[in-house]
Amino acid sequence: MVDFGGWDMPVQYSGIIEEHNAVRRAVGVFDVSHMGEIEIRGREAAALADFVTTNNVAKLKMGQAHYSGLLYEHGGFVDDILVHKVAEDHFFLCVNASNQDKDFEHIRAHNRFDAEVENAGARYAQLAIQGPRAQATLQKLTPVDLGAIRYYWFTDGEVAGIPARIAHTGYTGEAGFEIYVPPGEAERIWRLVLEAGAEFGIKPCGLGARNTLRLEAKMALYGHEIDASISPFEADLGWIVKLDKGEFVGRDALVRQKESGVTRKLVGFEMRGRGIGRDGYEVYLGGAPAGWVTSGSPSPTLGKNIGLCYLPIEHALAGKAIQIMIRNQPVDAVTVETPFYKRAK
Amino acid sequence: MYPENFRYTKEHEWVLVEGDTGTIGITDHAQEELGDIVYVDLPKIGAHVEQGKSLGSVESVKAVSDIYSPVSGEVTEVNQLLADAPEKLNQDPHGAAWLVKIRLSAPAEANLMTAADYQSYIGAEK
Repeated sequence: MVDFGGWDMPVQYSGIIEEHNAVRRAVGVFDVSHMGEIEIRGREAAALADFVTTNNVAKLKMGQAHYSGLLYEHGGFVDDILVHKVAEDHFFLCVNASNQDKDFEHIRAHNRFDAEVENAGARYAQLAIQGPRAQATLQKLTPVDLGAIRYYWFTDGEVAGIPARIAHTGYTGEAGFEIYVPPGEAERIWRLVLEAGAEFGIKPCGLGARNTLRLEAKMALYGHEIDASISPFEADLGWIVKLDKGEFVGRDALVRQKESGVTRKLVGFEMRGRGIGRDGYEVYLGGAPAGWVTSGSPSPTLGKNIGLCYLPIEHALAGKAIQIMIRNQPVDAVTVETPFYKRAK
Repeated sequence: MYPENFRYTKEHEWVLVEGDTGTIGITDHAQEELGDIVYVDLPKIGAHVEQGKSLGSVESVKAVSDIYSPVSGEVTEVNQLLADAPEKLNQDPHGAAWLVKIRLSAPAEANLMTAADYQSYIGAEK
């Protein structure tokens, strides 16, 4: 068990590689109850949600969700979040555990609307059922037609007879579902999911596999790829920024950055030499320090050592020879196209 | 689980002393904490290692960790198995996946925790 933002969480159950492969090939289940939830309700709930996030909330339909950024005025990330539109006057935000209180205060500080903000993390447990057999597993426990929930849509229904929010979302690069249930029911539902998935070889999965899976899919992790000093454009997340949607916190800084251009950008790499370029290691270009690794790990799916790093914009493209300083030794690597892994549709 | 004839460190290495030779490895508890091991870096034959100093490193999917030598001396053998099959360290840490053999320069150093001491130590650590 490790302390993860105040939560005791297993890094692994049976082993990171075994858990990782279960999700890529069949199904795995993650207890991600540490994730935070914030609810925005009221006549101007949409206006507040739109004002504090980068993506275009007005485009969301009822029952739809999207990935978005919560930014400071200077354009750096407060957090990366999922915004779910529950009703015209109700938005449900899934946020990072360690950022929950900060996010809540940030949204409240910008609430000049007719809307109420609730820090609702204690009311929800969250389980992620992920992998090609995730749907077949979860379908045994719910009358909701899971096949009818499109990617990044959700529905409020029941799982194991308990009211649950069922979202076709995930952090693994596989199809799958994230379900939000009352904390008192989480353990029972966890066991039922494991039973339902037994015939497919379901594995309970920890933080370790969650990290290798999301890294292969090039999904950002707060504190690694993004933080208060990084803007969405630098993090290669320009697609979640809708500058033409109207005013929002951080927009002015992003407009300026778009005009002047960013000076560094996130890029993927593969190790060529022996070693793993890990978080925080320096990246060298032509013998001089040029950037840093944000995440690095063996990729169980690809059988290579992969990672993400920041490099000066003129070098942030695939095919560049770089060196990563691993315990005072420069080790060869090369920048590559991302994502590292994309599931066959 | 933990052989009686080994001695153990708080950093989860073991040493087996036979004459003036010490065989060094990491414990089953260590491999379990580390998870899937992908690299093992070891010193070269002839290198001098010192008790409590880094002898090399073990890298798992999630992190890299130093191995601290339980005893001082000169490296006389390095387990070649681990260069090609680092995962053996997960499977047989007290047997086939020993790390190095050392000619002891201070045999009295090997007066470390017994198997029973070590088991109560890791029991208390949890």
